[in-house]
Amino acid sequence: MTETATHPAGAFTAPTRFAVPGRIEVNGRVAGTWQTATLTEIRRETPRASTFRLAVPDWAGHLPGQHLMLRLTAEDGYRAQRHYSLASAPDESGHIELTLDRVPDGEVSGWFHTVARPGDEIEVRGPLSGFFAWPGDRPALLLGAGSGVVPLMSMVRHHRARGLGVPLRLLVSARSPEELIYAGEYGAETTPVFTRTAPPGTPVGRLAPAHLAPFLAEPPDGGWEAYVCGSNAFAEHASRLLVAAGQPVDRIRVERFG
Amino acid sequence: MNPTRGFTGRPRAARPGLPPGQYDAGDDWPVLSAEVTPEIAPADWTFRVGGLVAEPRTWDLAQARLLPASGYAGDIHCVTGWSKFGVRFGGVSLDAFLDAAGPLPSATHAVAHAHTGYTANLPLADLTGGRAWIVWEYDGEPLAAEHGGPARLVVPHLYFWKSVKWIAGLELLDHDEPGFWERNGYHARGNPWEEQRYAGD
Repeated sequence: MTETATHPAGAFTAPTRFAVPGRIEVNGRVAGTWQTATLTEIRRETPRASTFRLAVPDWAGHLPGQHLMLRLTAEDGYRAQRHYSLASAPDESGHIELTLDRVPDGEVSGWFHTVARPGDEIEVRGPLSGFFAWPGDRPALLLGAGSGVVPLMSMVRHHRARGLGVPLRLLVSARSPEELIYAGEYGAETTPVFTRTAPPGTPVGRLAPAHLAPFLAEPPDGGWEAYVCGSNAFAEHASRLLVAAGQPVDRIRVERFG
Repeated sequence: MNPTRGFTGRPRAARPGLPPGQYDAGDDWPVLSAEVTPEIAPADWTFRVGGLVAEPRTWDLAQARLLPASGYAGDIHCVTGWSKFGVRFGGVSLDAFLDAAGPLPSATHAVAHAHTGYTANLPLADLTGGRAWIVWEYDGEPLAAEHGGPARLVVPHLYFWKSVKWIAGLELLDHDEPGFWERNGYHARGNPWEEQRYAGD
């Protein structure tokens, strides 16, 4: 990387570009308004993760891959707020779903996993950010690990619910079959990767070039839009594998926990 | 909003340096770049100040290191909610670069560009007066690639998405022009003390 290029207007652009445009316009008014959400259902997904279904009557709708901001309020007015990815596909139900890991000492996730019950009210604002959104238009290659699969599952569900013909593939990494979130929901589009223990006949090991090769050797028309979500360590590993396999840097969108 | 049933929250020792809605990340320093971490050799890094300036200037790392050393020791705040206390960055004050290029009187804003193509917009007033740095050291060590090394912008009084990693240049403008996250729904300025997270906050 050496000199930056200058275009006629005098502005300069970097010599490499990544996926600068967000996938959608974001509605600032909607994103700015806190709404009351009522917990209607809790489903255990794994020993460490549960799904929380929320009724949000005025939910403006979202695209798969978007997130929301959520806050809890204590008796003395103290508030704690966090960003969480939406797990549910967009629909007209007036409900949304979040899948949360139980983080050790987690201030907010701890409340969800030990105190929350149907009928509880919390506050949410969103949907937020267009960068990681997938409108269902471009072929999607999804790489997730742990609860990083949550926004990607929204894409898988959307793909299914709308019967979309555009190619979509999911590579999901988990420590063990017991820790694989949404294990019962995956179909032919998904390849699980187990890093500690695996079912008989399935190899153990982290995501590797061989997992990506079949998809990147023959990309679909227009190429893949790659979405990577997980810990920073996973995101670094997976995005390097994608680049090494020939996926253009400007067609990789990364969302890291933090 | 009524209190959330059964929610007490963390013990609330007064933490004067913590902006509203933030929590102390402790020893963690989360990485939140939206793009693939680029591999840029220190010898290949350049930084350019252009746009509405008397003389556009470009520095490589060796040339930048000849400018008066300066650093930031204090706190940083990420829009996702974490704050990190007592960080130490080493580099050069952005004023040194701007003074060399000579901003024109018409310059009011800037777009900071990364070598990846990432951008962030800032009022020029937030980049001058000893409030912004180009840094290549963290805690006395070379800045790690995932945190923006070889060199990044640091504007610690704004949310940290403004502190562009892998900084490539600064384009001075006579108007505000939204950057990467700002086009994706985030606030134009991003002052953590006024909790300017999203457009409209």
